[in-house]
Amino acid sequence: MGTLRSAALVGNPNAGKSALFNALTGARQKIANYPGVTVERKSGRLLLASGEAIELTDLPGSYGLNATSPDEEVTRRVILGELAGELPPQVLVVVLDASNLEQHLVFAQEVIALGRPTVVALNMLDLAERDGLVIDPLALEEALGVPVVPTVAVRRKGMAELAVAIEAAEARGSEHHRPHTTLTERRLTAQAIAQAAIVSETSRHRLHARLDRLLLHPWAGPLILFALLFVVFQAVFAWAQPFADALEGVVGWIAGKAHDALPAGLLRDFLTDGVLAGVGSVVVFLPQIVILFFFILALEASGYMARAAFLMDRLMARIGLSGRSFIPLLSSFACAVPGIMATRSITDPKDRLTTILIAPLMTCSARLPVYAVIIAAFIPARSVGPGLGLQGLVMFGLYVAGIVAAMLVALVLRRSVTKGNAGGFIMELPKYQMPRAGDLAIGLLQRSWIFLRRAGTIILTVTVVLWLLLNFPRAGEGQDQVDASFAGKVANGLAVVVEPIGFNRDIALALIPAMAAREVAVSSLATSYAVASDDEGAQAMKLGAQLKTHWSLATALAFLAWFVFAPQCMSTIAVTRRETNGWKWPAFMLAYLFGLAYVFAGLTYWTAVALGLG
Amino acid sequence: MTLDSLPIGQRARVIAIDWSMLEPDEVQRLQGLGIEVGARLAVAHRGVFGGRDPIAVLIGRMTVALRRSHARAMVVEPV
Repeated sequence: MGTLRSAALVGNPNAGKSALFNALTGARQKIANYPGVTVERKSGRLLLASGEAIELTDLPGSYGLNATSPDEEVTRRVILGELAGELPPQVLVVVLDASNLEQHLVFAQEVIALGRPTVVALNMLDLAERDGLVIDPLALEEALGVPVVPTVAVRRKGMAELAVAIEAAEARGSEHHRPHTTLTERRLTAQAIAQAAIVSETSRHRLHARLDRLLLHPWAGPLILFALLFVVFQAVFAWAQPFADALEGVVGWIAGKAHDALPAGLLRDFLTDGVLAGVGSVVVFLPQIVILFFFILALEASGYMARAAFLMDRLMARIGLSGRSFIPLLSSFACAVPGIMATRSITDPKDRLTTILIAPLMTCSARLPVYAVIIAAFIPARSVGPGLGLQGLVMFGLYVAGIVAAMLVALVLRRSVTKGNAGGFIMELPKYQMPRAGDLAIGLLQRSWIFLRRAGTIILTVTVVLWLLLNFPRAGEGQDQVDASFAGKVANGLAVVVEPIGFNRDIALALIPAMAAREVAVSSLATSYAVASDDEGAQAMKLGAQLKTHWSLATALAFLAWFVFAPQCMSTIAVTRRETNGWKWPAFMLAYLFGLAYVFAGLTYWTAVALGLG
Repeated sequence: MTLDSLPIGQRARVIAIDWSMLEPDEVQRLQGLGIEVGARLAVAHRGVFGGRDPIAVLIGRMTVALRRSHARAMVVEPV
């Protein structure tokens, strides 16, 4: 018998696998992709009592070995060892929801019947207790023929015992395949086993039934959902502000120190105008991203997200989609990349493709830097009603514009390129649960790290390259540096194309590097205005003030309209290519979104000019 | 009567399902959630925004959301 190297968590969706995974591995996690497929591979190190560490993977939730979605397909292939480049896990840990044994034992039997070393984690015992269930783990162990470990992942109960059982399971080795059973047979057996294992059951008014009566109420439900969404977006802007200001202060302080410490010259300009102006202008948006992801993760962990999908299904059906598309689209408000990856739970391929194609229209957090800078510079901070500012209203309008555009695009796509039968909507509504702070913290850390790594790699590289292209060749006597530079020459060419929609040369200059990521537009504008202004006073001017002196209001509005649509994000294009297995759909996405961006920026500009705002 | 016309809160038993009215992967998904002939269930909630669609069905200890178009394929009798 070889040494133990790997184990995997399998089970139905909503068995508390992720919480169990977090409890077993702590923050020692790695998120990657399975070779050749795009399903997220979550793995971490599990420390055994012997001091050895093994790799634990968290497989996507599945109702059986007959896959109906790309997620379930991965689970099946990993378990059966059919995924090239991925060794099958040596020990399978079947995770059961103790409060829903009749259902979860169906898949458990299928996994156990494979005859591989298997351990059962009888999870969420606290929820079972809440529902008035008393369960006998030994009876369950006897019926299933594999070790059963009671666990409450959210309270870290049973973790050491589970680790011991995993280690012991490998030592026991494989047993023979058990005879094949049909789904109906497994369901009947599951009911019999569950009945035998449930010692007592008091019919209590279940908490989740009462909550559902309120949250799924025909008119209170949608009101609560919209109120909740309003709070989320309010929080993203209001709560984040002090933190963003503090971060900005830190960046400014470092820039000031660097400015004082270094002799005047190219190196100082490079650090202050290039690196700090560029990266700093993006990093200040970390608080907003953290707050948005906090709500999305918390809503998901609490079980409310599935209710939101239920409430939204009818509306989504009108545009040819289903409630399942709601969750990926809501995630896309944080970032289209996890949003597009979340479409893997959509079973209907046409539904899924449509959702992928419209996901970039949701106002992602990378647009926030762009919107926030322009709005702060051009829209007066005037009150238009109690508790309602004009700036906030414009921001809200931009979000709505994205949503309306997405709905219209979905309608058109479902009648043209993604035509087909409307997919159905079948979804388990999980039990409500209090999200655990530690699990949220791990999720937030992972998301923040991804954002900061982007700021430190893509955005840093792009701003540095842009700074170099802006500074060379050096301008001669009496010549404007930007005009003389490589970047300036390229921008002059592009400017011809974007001039009709009110964009000036500076914007053309910012749009090219912003292909990497939208927020680069801000850092690029910051860098190019910092380079262009040679006297110290102008350099000290904030970006907003710079924009005001160089742009008309009509141009600013057109710029905002452009970014409602423009697919300026390499990561989105890359993930779309991966998820759709080719360049056809990302190319289509680029074409239609740039087309819309051009048309709507133009319409905005011409309207604004006609109204005398030019 | 079919499941889509079952009043809210009324317990019922599935006596027949016309699987041909559903897509193959929907069949698998519904079966995976325990919706089969003989299953006991009740409608807990109906959707909003007109059409009373989708519906939330209590089955076993689970709540499952599905569309009325699926529910129309399921013949139930109140118990």
